Amino acid sequence: MNPSNPSTAVYSDTVVRQFALMSVVWGVVGMLVGVIIASQLAWPELNLGIPWLSYGRLRPLHTNAVIFAFGGCALMATSFHVVQRTCQVRLFAPALASFVFWGWQAVIVAAAISLPMGYTSGKEYAELEWPIDVLIALVWVAYAIVFFGTIGTRKVRHIYVANWFYGAFILAVALLHIVNSVAMPAGWMKSYSAYAGVQDAMVQWWYGHNAVGFFLTAGFLGMMYYYIPKQAGRPVYSYRLSIVHFWALIFTYMWAGPHHLHYTALPDWTQSIGMVFSLILLAPSWGGMINGVMTLSGAWHKLRTDPILRFLIVSLSFYGMSTFEGPMMSVKTVNALSHYTDWTVGHVHSGALGWVGLISMGSLYYLIPRMYGRNEMYSVKAIELHFWMSTVGIVLYIAAMWIAGVMQGLMWRSINPDGTLTYTFVESVKATYPYYVVRVLGGLLYLGGMLVMAWNCCMTVVSGRSARAAIPLPAAAHA
Amino acid sequence: MDILFLLIPFSVVLVLVILGGLWWAVERGQFEDVEGEGERILRGD
Repeated sequence: MNPSNPSTAVYSDTVVRQFALMSVVWGVVGMLVGVIIASQLAWPELNLGIPWLSYGRLRPLHTNAVIFAFGGCALMATSFHVVQRTCQVRLFAPALASFVFWGWQAVIVAAAISLPMGYTSGKEYAELEWPIDVLIALVWVAYAIVFFGTIGTRKVRHIYVANWFYGAFILAVALLHIVNSVAMPAGWMKSYSAYAGVQDAMVQWWYGHNAVGFFLTAGFLGMMYYYIPKQAGRPVYSYRLSIVHFWALIFTYMWAGPHHLHYTALPDWTQSIGMVFSLILLAPSWGGMINGVMTLSGAWHKLRTDPILRFLIVSLSFYGMSTFEGPMMSVKTVNALSHYTDWTVGHVHSGALGWVGLISMGSLYYLIPRMYGRNEMYSVKAIELHFWMSTVGIVLYIAAMWIAGVMQGLMWRSINPDGTLTYTFVESVKATYPYYVVRVLGGLLYLGGMLVMAWNCCMTVVSGRSARAAIPLPAAAHA
Repeated sequence: MDILFLLIPFSVVLVLVILGGLWWAVERGQFEDVEGEGERILRGD
């Protein structure tokens, strides 16, 4: 051992701990708002006549909280953990990493205040007004510097595949955010989009679908490619496949956006491009799913006893399902039925609760105890309980939305022999009511599971102590 | 559809950047001993 290099070099995990714990907190908050708005759809009296609690204002609070607060903190925690471990080097510019944490929490709080107050740009998943957008851009640049700086100072020559996914997510989100948020300010919390009409719609859904593809997919695939092998104790099934599907995925996702605009004023040829690329996307997506699931080759028996592995593998099943459903819904004829119905909501939530939620939970269950000097969470039984509550919740949610969605689509297009519409719109709303109630139940179960996780995390943190993890000295000889 | 005057050149530049990244990775030996790299993360920590 080299005496001039004290082996007290430790990883920079404070920010990992901070992000991991806040991810759980925001998960509870975001899902609670989700249950509230689901209840408001079933029982509109729950709007209580109070503008700050009205559905229209709370819905974007829900979407922003679960995607950017819950999902964002999980991605930041895990990316900072993974990049250090796979590069065997401390985080680049830890002070900047701290700014990323506090800056991101400030963005979240600003969203939580401004959205119920009614400040919104009206762009889905990009509702926050321009001053907050500026803060997001600053935080994101800092995030990129820390992440890529860490890769740049790596002690291992190879860049592990998870880092490619995280890197693509960070760069793509920077691009998407800046382009879609371009606006002319007209007051402190008011602005006008630089784009207008159907062109704004095109930019918005180029952004929106890439938010799904890069934030919610590529980023979490990065998570998957580290935490599944670690939890299973098996290497990625086919490293070669992971590289191939990475490049295919990031190229194809960029072109799928128009599938949100079928049968609108968007030109037909643009819609067709969106449809075709969405169908092609099925292949690289399933490449990732198969790779992750098959990593369990030789370790299937662990599924019997390890609930964390169940979270991780079931998340991939939902990923596979959603990445099949999505391309199907991108087909114009299918979309003619599904667009504007609750089937879209069901699809979103199978991806969000099933893929994003479960992979985050599994990964955090791996990460959090180790950040506190423990090998596992305080209660493995509680992980098991959480798994079942979430899975049942997801199934109730999506089944209710599938039935509601297809029903709505069929009712809206039903024509009488004399050419008049069979149903009024409000009749379809009335018919949807029982499914809205089932959806509240599904959401309550999912939220309940998250509360179990929050309890388990509390107990784990207080019964452990912040671990200082030594960075291994570079291996003298490696294959 | 004037937005296409922005989106298309933009997308072309993006594709070139992506291809550049791929070329860089191949050049810098990122894809040598691929199976070994998969195993590496399971050692240590």
